[in-house]
Amino acid sequence: MAFTSYCLVCGGIGCEASSADTIYQRICDGVDAAGILDDVQVVKTGCFGFCEQGPIVKVLPDESFYVQVSPDDAESIVTEHLVKGRAVDRLQYREKGSEATPSKAISFYQKQVRIVLRNCGFIDPEDIEEYIARSGYVGLEKALFAMTPDDIISELKASGLRGRGGGGFSTAKKWLFSKQASAHQKYIVCNADEGDPGAYMDRSVLEGDPYSILEAMVIAGYTVGADKGFVYVRAEYPLAIRRLQHAIGQAVDRGLLGENILGSGFSFSVEIRLGAGAFVCGEETALLMSVEGKRGMPVQRPPYPAVKGLWGKPTVINNVETLANIPVILTKGGKWFSKIGSETSRGTKVFALTGKINNSGLIEVPMGITLRDIIFNIGGGIPNGKAFKAVQTGGPSGGMITAEHLDTPIDYETLTELGSMMGSGGMIVMDEDDSMVDVAKFYLGFTVDESCGKCVPCRIGGRKIWKLLDTFAAGNGTLEDLEQIERIGAWMKTSSLCGLGKTAPNPALSSIQHFRSEYLTEETV
Amino acid sequence: MINLRIDGIPVEVAPGATVLDAALAAGVDVPRLCAHEDLSPSGGCRMCMVEVDGTSGLQPSCTLEARDGMDVATETDPIVAHRKITLDGFVSDHPLDCVTCEKAGACELQKYCYRYDISGTTMGFDLQRTMVQDDNPAFLRDHKYCILCGRCVRVCEEIVGAKAIQFADRGSSTYVATTFDRPLEESTCVFCGSCVEVCPTAALLPKSSIGKGREWELGRQRSVCSYCGVGCRLEYRTRTVTGLNGPRTEIVRAEGFPEAPVNGSFLCSKGRYGWDYAAHPNRLTKPLIRKDLAYEMGLTDEPWDVPDQSPLKAKPAVAREGFVETDWETALSVVADRLARAAETYGPGAVAGLASARCSNEDNYVFQKMMRGAVGTNNVDHCARLCHASTVAGLARAFGSGAMTNSIREIRHADCIFITGSNTSEAHPVIGYEVMRAVRDGASLIVVDPRRIPITEHATLHLQAKSGTDIWIFMAMMRVIRDENLADEEFITQRTEGFPAFAAGLDDITVEEAARQSGVSEDKIRTAARIYAGGIRQEGESRYPEVREAGRGRSTILYAMGITQRSNGTELVLTLANLSMLCGQIGKPSTGVNPLRGQGNVQGACDLGALPNVYPGYQKVDDPAIRSRIADLWSVPADDLDERPGLTVVEMMHSVLDDTVKAMIFMGENPMISDPNGAHVEEALRHVGFLAVADIFLTETAQLAHVVLPATSAMEKVGTFTNTERRVQLGSSVIEPPGEARPDWQFIGEIGRRVAERLGRTSLRWEWDDAAAVMEEIAAVAPIYGGVRHSRAAGDGVNWPCPDLDHPGTPILHVGEFKRGKGAFHAVTPKAPAELPDEEYPFVLSTGRMLYHYHTGTMSRRSEVLDWKQKRGYVEVNTADAEKLGVTDGEPLVIESRRGKIRTAARVGTVVPPGMVFVPFHFREAAANLLTQDENLDPTAKIPELKMCAVRVTNPAVQSA
Repeated sequence: MAFTSYCLVCGGIGCEASSADTIYQRICDGVDAAGILDDVQVVKTGCFGFCEQGPIVKVLPDESFYVQVSPDDAESIVTEHLVKGRAVDRLQYREKGSEATPSKAISFYQKQVRIVLRNCGFIDPEDIEEYIARSGYVGLEKALFAMTPDDIISELKASGLRGRGGGGFSTAKKWLFSKQASAHQKYIVCNADEGDPGAYMDRSVLEGDPYSILEAMVIAGYTVGADKGFVYVRAEYPLAIRRLQHAIGQAVDRGLLGENILGSGFSFSVEIRLGAGAFVCGEETALLMSVEGKRGMPVQRPPYPAVKGLWGKPTVINNVETLANIPVILTKGGKWFSKIGSETSRGTKVFALTGKINNSGLIEVPMGITLRDIIFNIGGGIPNGKAFKAVQTGGPSGGMITAEHLDTPIDYETLTELGSMMGSGGMIVMDEDDSMVDVAKFYLGFTVDESCGKCVPCRIGGRKIWKLLDTFAAGNGTLEDLEQIERIGAWMKTSSLCGLGKTAPNPALSSIQHFRSEYLTEETV
Repeated sequence: MINLRIDGIPVEVAPGATVLDAALAAGVDVPRLCAHEDLSPSGGCRMCMVEVDGTSGLQPSCTLEARDGMDVATETDPIVAHRKITLDGFVSDHPLDCVTCEKAGACELQKYCYRYDISGTTMGFDLQRTMVQDDNPAFLRDHKYCILCGRCVRVCEEIVGAKAIQFADRGSSTYVATTFDRPLEESTCVFCGSCVEVCPTAALLPKSSIGKGREWELGRQRSVCSYCGVGCRLEYRTRTVTGLNGPRTEIVRAEGFPEAPVNGSFLCSKGRYGWDYAAHPNRLTKPLIRKDLAYEMGLTDEPWDVPDQSPLKAKPAVAREGFVETDWETALSVVADRLARAAETYGPGAVAGLASARCSNEDNYVFQKMMRGAVGTNNVDHCARLCHASTVAGLARAFGSGAMTNSIREIRHADCIFITGSNTSEAHPVIGYEVMRAVRDGASLIVVDPRRIPITEHATLHLQAKSGTDIWIFMAMMRVIRDENLADEEFITQRTEGFPAFAAGLDDITVEEAARQSGVSEDKIRTAARIYAGGIRQEGESRYPEVREAGRGRSTILYAMGITQRSNGTELVLTLANLSMLCGQIGKPSTGVNPLRGQGNVQGACDLGALPNVYPGYQKVDDPAIRSRIADLWSVPADDLDERPGLTVVEMMHSVLDDTVKAMIFMGENPMISDPNGAHVEEALRHVGFLAVADIFLTETAQLAHVVLPATSAMEKVGTFTNTERRVQLGSSVIEPPGEARPDWQFIGEIGRRVAERLGRTSLRWEWDDAAAVMEEIAAVAPIYGGVRHSRAAGDGVNWPCPDLDHPGTPILHVGEFKRGKGAFHAVTPKAPAELPDEEYPFVLSTGRMLYHYHTGTMSRRSEVLDWKQKRGYVEVNTADAEKLGVTDGEPLVIESRRGKIRTAARVGTVVPPGMVFVPFHFREAAANLLTQDENLDPTAKIPELKMCAVRVTNPAVQSA
């Protein structure tokens, strides 16, 4: 049975918060009342990414892109568009100064390459059939029946996939280490404890395409020899948790998870573990402690989790975005994947573009794209005609990148060279009005609160820097204070136990590097 | 082995060792505040960072695995600069009040600040934690000084298994807290003070020593703990105080020390806090004579009748009114006179004596010599009769020696630990630590016990057998092992005898029947059998290559009174011996059959012949050759020595009432509380013609004595104690005895001399210059102690058998050959307990110890901390039964058996299953032994069935309403 048109309602949590669920219900009711149930399929999808303009409703095949829709608009979408075939002009998105712009022509989407977000905004995340219809589980089938674990690792190696959680470690290597470790029990853990302020890439994938994560975890389990997986999701993502739980149920029912998957003889089960709001639990060793039911505190590496992880057993821990790439890589091949992106960093990266930017939202771009492209083409530039000042990448652990580096192609290496980092993909744009001291203080305040308290440089150093920043924010800082920040910052960077402490001083150090004048007045220099 | 260089010094370490381990092995003192040799590494303090050639930056040496060829620098300029700023950070959040700080001189933060010249902070002083928690008498928690190293948190989880504390809050507000910040007393804290021991600063301080002196002012005296059979070594910290009677030494706290051979740095609550009884004001300081006897002797003008009220109910101060103080000469002469007179009039067999598992080897040796040599009777026994008599009998028959076959420290290397009838973590807490250490490292733990005792929390399998059915489980396990060909055929053939008869006996046992009898699933029984037989770890294979090659891991059996205090105790012991031999799990490291002995010197008291059938060294009294050898050594005619085994504890009490025993002398024993059927014991003690009691307090038993002799505590005399693993260790004189109290061996020897003179046995020698001289005589008499001297017992001590001075001691028995030659299998058939529940008495009562108290409470109930933690007795009752009885936690219950009745508070929970109650026996007000049986003794060992009798449980509130 084929439908003549499809009405996609964004069910990401941002749109849901703006009554997307009511919009969806009313459209469904309207379609039913109009007697066109057989012609129109109404789907509540995952996030479209263009959150600035939500709630969003898209109608296919004509690609009408309705933005800032309210529940009251549902009636006209049904009666006008779905029944009579006439687009509702007043709801259509318009690029600056142009006519109604169909989704394919929207510049926000123009430079994006959607691999991770391939299904977000297209499928009903609560219907496994839709996932399967879009090549879901092709990768798993191939893995189980046509590939050996070594083949899979070779394919991953060919793809050049690196960890999207921020570290950028080769996924093929991580899996290989875990595969090589001898143990009776191994685990696969999905890190879905997304905690950076302003970042929601993982949430969108879990809300919009939970099956891709489950498929990837089974592939990982088969590759390294693990039969048990955990998804560690922060409890603040209730919708993601609900959809994931639902997806697990459907996958088990269809023999795609659990005992004897697809009749292959391989079994793998997945459990959800909820985080309790600690940012540090996004750090992999702390996360594993938390999965074990202990207080999440990082553990010195090595040994790495791939060798000694959950309950001391070899554990592959991958972030949501990394895993979302896996089924596609197996389906289309590592070679295909490796053609996307930059020399050292293959594939795409999802960023949460926020701050002083016209088109805030979730974007997926090929590695190697320039910041200028992201901010001015996809992001539509700075609102109110203000001047761009800096962009913070890598969240609270990252650094500030200034206008002079806008044309740098970004990947893991270049961002690090610029004194920032890829991080998980938060990207916060600041304009000329923003005080860099305040921004640094905000981030340090965050990491001071979120430090686990275990190692001294992070516990004490972070707080001392925050206090000094507070002095500067009040205009009372001295050159001596500035040097003290740099001294304590260096101590934290070189000797903190985990990534949180090692990177916590970055916002302070990078703002001092680029905006020293905002710290010191002429008198204090 | 791994070879690396630390600051240029070549060093070799075992695989798995850290760089910090290697540095310490090389003698390089790398600074560290969170690392501790017994704990998992944390990596939080960042002080131990080092440079490794070929890698960039600094790395924490405590978490970094040592690798071949590493070249490590520990004290370069960048490292020093790093440590300085780290200490700078630490002291910005730590009071710099070292001038008055209790910890000054022992504070590790202070030590490193001195080393790196940090006298203040450049970061701004900013104290994050100011809370002072003073919620218990044991230790103070002053969060100002806490540097969040986490040693306390780790020791509590990893060593003690209590998990009472954890970090709370985050970032700079982090602090160490109990769950939901509840008072420690309401947490799972076991008050062992291990956290205090490992704390590097003044954040955790023992309250007993606050204000009593600085680190460098306090004295140190190492000794042996005076409580249980584990035999922990500890270090008493002391000070000298000058009072009206001149200077005297005072203990201010007890500490562990890493070199202690059994316990390392760790102690339990009794060891760490239970020593203050020695300085209790109620200590006996002068000999006492009961007023009726004193009146008769003309020492008082006040006539006196012994009150009818039971000593179990008397207040100590009131009890004292029944006595007059006297001098030693008077006291000793009347004791000697009465003992000698009874022997003269009714024969030596009319005198009976109880020695003590709490007194030293020297004390016990002299006591039995007094009884055997001077009085001429073998009527000497002690409370080992009530704990491990069946072990001594059973293991001697099976193996030839009735003691732990292996040493305590081997437990940590076991692959499978099989515990039955031992509440290890309460009765032998430090052995509990050892078990948990092994389990944490991956060993399997199987527990067979009717109660859900604390160690079951760590168990791989808990077989919660109904009381008295454990024998079915052991037998069924052996059936499984035999049927599944898991037995060690080679071992059985080469090392044992009696196997065919034993194996045939297994035909009558089925797993199905065992499951039916015990209530434990067949599956669990089978799994337990396979794990034990194969020494299978949680993860499967043994981590020891040589063991893997042998195809069988190491399994060790630990047991205690749940096995022995039974009417078929000897058979149960034989069964465990059978099990070990069947699987070849004996005579090798980390295997064996290991009875955990209860009291500090119960092993030694047995070794030294405080038993009616053997001379020191388990030499049988009815063997003429041995008798003549002993007679020679003691310079008495062999005919003067009694040739028949004497009376056991319980038989003595019966004999008093039969009027065959007329005079008794007890040294450090309190049968009023420790012996079964307490009412019967009291009747006997009131009836006996003469009773002398030597003790440190006016115990419930001493209150019935005619003469009471003030003895010294373990802290006041030099003497050796033999722990449960047969390690003879020297106890030191730490403090002066109170008043006129004397070491037991001295006055017992004096009584012996006087009795011997009176009975014409003048050739016996009683003069020893000191306790060391007594040990020299012991070495001559008891071959297993042949090489033991005080000089060797000091330090790490020596495990018997140690036949001569050149012998290194024997930590593992039966290596290559059993003591008796071949190990003997014994066919055993399961027997039911003697007194089963019925309609009238529907509950099973079990008795035993609890963590905070010890034996009859004489010592532990006079310790401030222990008494605070557990003031009263209680009865454990299952939640379901409590509901039926209409009783909630803390409300009274009446427990009644055919022999007596007690009333005590209900402790409602799931430790005991429905239909069972448990009463600890330490509390005179609710004396469990008023209920227990003194009939139905084990036929071989004469041990009473203290672990099982039938009782009725009623709720007095319901009765009265």
